[in-house]
Amino acid sequence: MYRPEAATVNGAGSPPAEPAPDESAGPLDARSTIDLRADEAAERVRSVLDALDAELVGLAGVKRRIRETAALLMVDRARARFGLSASKPSLHMSFTGGPGTGKTTVALRMAEILHALGYLRVPRVYPVTRDDLVGQFIGHTAPKTKEALARAAGGVLFIDEAYYLYRPDNERDYGQEAIEILLQEMESARGSLVVIFAGYEDRMETFFSSNPGLSSRVAHHIEFEDYTTGELAEIAELMLTRDDYRLSEQGRAAFLEYLDRRRAMPRFANARSVRNALERARLRQANRLVAGHGQVGRDDLMLITEQDVRGSRVFIDPLETGLEDPAV
Amino acid sequence: MYLRHGSFSYLPELTDDEIAAQIRYALLNGWPVSLEYTDDPHPRNVYWEMWGLPMFDLTEPDGVLREIDECRATFPGHYIRMLAYDAKLGRQTIMMSFIVHRPAREPGFRLDRGEGSNRTQRYSVYSYATETPSGDRYRRDVR
Repeated sequence: MYRPEAATVNGAGSPPAEPAPDESAGPLDARSTIDLRADEAAERVRSVLDALDAELVGLAGVKRRIRETAALLMVDRARARFGLSASKPSLHMSFTGGPGTGKTTVALRMAEILHALGYLRVPRVYPVTRDDLVGQFIGHTAPKTKEALARAAGGVLFIDEAYYLYRPDNERDYGQEAIEILLQEMESARGSLVVIFAGYEDRMETFFSSNPGLSSRVAHHIEFEDYTTGELAEIAELMLTRDDYRLSEQGRAAFLEYLDRRRAMPRFANARSVRNALERARLRQANRLVAGHGQVGRDDLMLITEQDVRGSRVFIDPLETGLEDPAV
Repeated sequence: MYLRHGSFSYLPELTDDEIAAQIRYALLNGWPVSLEYTDDPHPRNVYWEMWGLPMFDLTEPDGVLREIDECRATFPGHYIRMLAYDAKLGRQTIMMSFIVHRPAREPGFRLDRGEGSNRTQRYSVYSYATETPSGDRYRRDVR
């Protein structure tokens, strides 16, 4: 017989969905103990947390919050096995922080943790923005929001720039309708999905304060701090190593200087800006190699020199050139 | 008379969890699921009313179950079936279809025999439900 489960991509069907508390064997004896570390789910959570540590630089506060949340859920599971009161914990979250601070990446990891603990059926994140939830005319919003909820079912609905849902300046805006449907879904006990609201800190603040019903149903508020220059440099090293590139000694120093200058400029987007800067450095490296004497070795292809970094317009005084956005 | 229509019709009625499992199977195969309803379940009536558009791009059955519940609430006295359509080239047909909701009481059908030319017998199926106009059928059974 054809079994489609076998053909699906990794994660879509396996491991099999299990109900959060394992109650099949009945509550445990009051005197027995269980080893939280020996739990198979705990093992998977730990591997996800380790991956989080390995691939995300800095973000100490965020990592601590995620560990705490994971610990809470693991204890909830253990309580359920003893037959102790285990109301379904509220898992909806808000991620606030500047652009490029890793909110989406952490959301992916969060989905994996929740899946490992059995609170989600699939470790999948369905990202949406206002356009996917709010309609253009009366009666358009509800079906759109419900469609997005149906697609995210069993996983995480990640609402990026959630504050755009609510437009206080336009009282006929349909965003409020979308928020109400979301609230309904978040309230319902049958709901199988976790909603994560993400956005810049100050605007999320006003968003939540103007929707008190929403903020009270979001249990976990996690703040993402901006990276320091040192952390950004570390991120750059990680990105380059992953793509088989490396910076020369002078190049590294130049890049630090670049980061300092770039941070002071408008529209700085942390890790995303670093990635874009490296993209452009690679572009200049390729240009230099092609324009050069033609003979290249393996090292030449890997090395990004000071010249490639200093070619950036960030090093030109913006007052002299009058450039609006030096990063482009 | 208990209507036998589509897959699983000789099994006990599927629970919502079983319906969800069947829908999951369809979605894993990449078949979009749609819902249809009717109050004229004559075997030759293949065109039932569509409940919204087919639900594309789903991976989990929750959305379909929600629509089934909504359709049940709107048409408690109708038959509702789910369809799973395979759009693959060479198939392009319904791969699975079964009833997910039926009215409380089903009046059933009558077999009419008619005399044709040259003593041929012609048979037709008459649905008792069609004695009342469309929309009013099964209404008195709604609880």
